[in-house]
Amino acid sequence: MIILKMILKNAFRRKVRTGLTVLAFAIAILAFGLLRTVISAWYTGVEASSASRLVVRNAVSLIFPLPLSYYDKIRHTDGVSTASYGNWFGGVYISEKNFFANYAVQPNTYLKLYPEFVLPEDQKDDFLRDRRGFVAGRKLAERFGWEIGDIVTLKGTIFPGSWDFQLKGIYQGRTGSADETLFLFNWEYLDETLKQIAPSRSGQVGFYLVGVQDPNRSADVAREIDTMFRNSLAETFTETEAAFIMGFISMGQAIIQVINIVSIVVIVIILTVVANTMAMTTRERIGEYAVLKTLGYTGSHTFALIVGEALVITSIGSILGIVLTYPAAAGFKQGLSAFFPTFNVDPSTIVYDLGIAVLVGSAASFIPAIQAVRIRIADGLRRIG
Amino acid sequence: MESPSNIVEIRRVSKCYHRGDLVVPVLTDITFDIARGEFLAIMGPSGSGKSTLLNLMAGIDRLDTGSILVDDTDITTLSETELASWRSSSVGFIFQFYNLIPVLTAFENVELPLHLTGLSKKERREHVEAALRMVSLTERMDHSPSQLSGGEQQRVAIARAIVTDPLILVADEPTGDLDRKSAADVLDLMERLNRELNKTIIMVTHDPHAAGRAHLIRHLEKGEFIP
Ligand SMILES: Nc1ncnc2c1ncn2[C@@H]1O[C@H](COP(=O)(O)OP(=O)(O)OP(=O)(O)O)[C@@H](O)[C@H]1O
Ligand SMILES: [Mg+2]
Repeated sequence: MIILKMILKNAFRRKVRTGLTVLAFAIAILAFGLLRTVISAWYTGVEASSASRLVVRNAVSLIFPLPLSYYDKIRHTDGVSTASYGNWFGGVYISEKNFFANYAVQPNTYLKLYPEFVLPEDQKDDFLRDRRGFVAGRKLAERFGWEIGDIVTLKGTIFPGSWDFQLKGIYQGRTGSADETLFLFNWEYLDETLKQIAPSRSGQVGFYLVGVQDPNRSADVAREIDTMFRNSLAETFTETEAAFIMGFISMGQAIIQVINIVSIVVIVIILTVVANTMAMTTRERIGEYAVLKTLGYTGSHTFALIVGEALVITSIGSILGIVLTYPAAAGFKQGLSAFFPTFNVDPSTIVYDLGIAVLVGSAASFIPAIQAVRIRIADGLRRIG
Repeated sequence: MESPSNIVEIRRVSKCYHRGDLVVPVLTDITFDIARGEFLAIMGPSGSGKSTLLNLMAGIDRLDTGSILVDDTDITTLSETELASWRSSSVGFIFQFYNLIPVLTAFENVELPLHLTGLSKKERREHVEAALRMVSLTERMDHSPSQLSGGEQQRVAIARAIVTDPLILVADEPTGDLDRKSAADVLDLMERLNRELNKTIIMVTHDPHAAGRAHLIRHLEKGEFIP
């Protein structure tokens, strides 16, 4: 009890020093919390986007099409909730350097499969009604200054000719991973046109998109689809969108690695700050520890006094840091909404923050505490006066 | 059984310090006894080994050779932990710089040694109040050391030294940092403790006034007593 009282009183004896150390610790905790939140925001996007969707393509290669006749079979496969299809159009807008992804898709089912693309109801109706209509992601529309009603012409590369589209809607992403740079138009427009200019190429799709009812069964559903078309003219290869996207984010992995390292560096820095404070504090109080030992208090009392004081400082810093993390994360969420629409502090971060307080507090005070325990009483008393 | 008349028996005690390769002898082959109820003053020039000797008797330093018996306990054979608990019950310490814990009140400082005993909170309070009454500081018990004068701090330190009713009181220059008046108060107090409570007191001092209050004065020079 008396030890606890002394720990608390000792911690606030040097108000400025303790205050600065607490503040430094709080800032480190804040930085750590935000970095962790960046990482989890990153992963949240990937996980949300891909788990329940499959991509079916020609087993030989992506450039070979699949017959439209597969659609009904795929749609009615066990475990499939929605199926859609489309083609990579590969159109060029004015010049090659204006690259963006453009697809011909079955609009209704496609939008059903991608609930993270949010399109106002009236715009959606317009889009579904007009064959030449297209929708663009918010970022794409902003990039070229397109407005609803604008006519946009793409030069076909895979499908020859000059194609006119009218912008019917601009969608927004609901989650972080939602791609707001897509150009989506009605597959019927492509197919109707092909019937006239290249009849042999009509009735074919580049890929099917499949929504599964239970993401855990994705692998089974994929196997079933591929089995269904084995030994047919065009065999299929079905993989999860996750597998597809993981390849894409392998570069992101490196960035996450860097963020992780920075988090550790932050902790090491704060460890040295707290260790320095504790070394100074302990040196000042060597005489007092010697007096306590003289009175019969043991090394473990001294140890508890010093480590306890460090833990008080780091715990307060940690709590302050946690309190600051929430408004800071909210601020980030606003500022970085284009990259991380979900930017929420995970509860596990709080556990880590408190763990760091314990770890840093103990580690930073361990050596000074051992030194204080080891010093001979007579030598400690000599430091007074 | 009659307790032995000598409370401290020092037998052929030697101690040296090492400074690098240099061995500095501080105490050489010291033998002497201190009678129960004695008020002894140890004098001698600076560096003669007074503090070292006192520390050895009080069990806060280790000797090289010899033995020290306090109330028939050979403290040189005790382990660190045994020694710590022996100190808490058997020795009262009075230092030159009072050495109160600054973050605790006078009351809490006096109570410090009692936390290591099995006393209840109520018993502790009674003991602390009795000790503070002894040094006439009951009304200052909620003050922190920084709110007390040097003389008052030293009296609190004396209360802390006697609160466990130890076998011996050791004082290393207890008046060394006090003005004449406060020093006289502290010495009066020590005399009373010796006379009324029959406490054995071993006091190291430079001050002839202080030494004059003791029953017996011994002179240490270069690590040896001179007759
Ligand atoms: N830890 C130590 N390491 C090295 N030498 C020491 C140590 N402690 C004491 N000494 C030396 O031992 C000698 C005796 O020291 P001690 O403190 O016992 O003297 P003292 O008689 O109490 O002196 P003073 O009157 O100045 O307090 C001195 O020369 C001192 O420098
Ligand atoms: Mg001395």
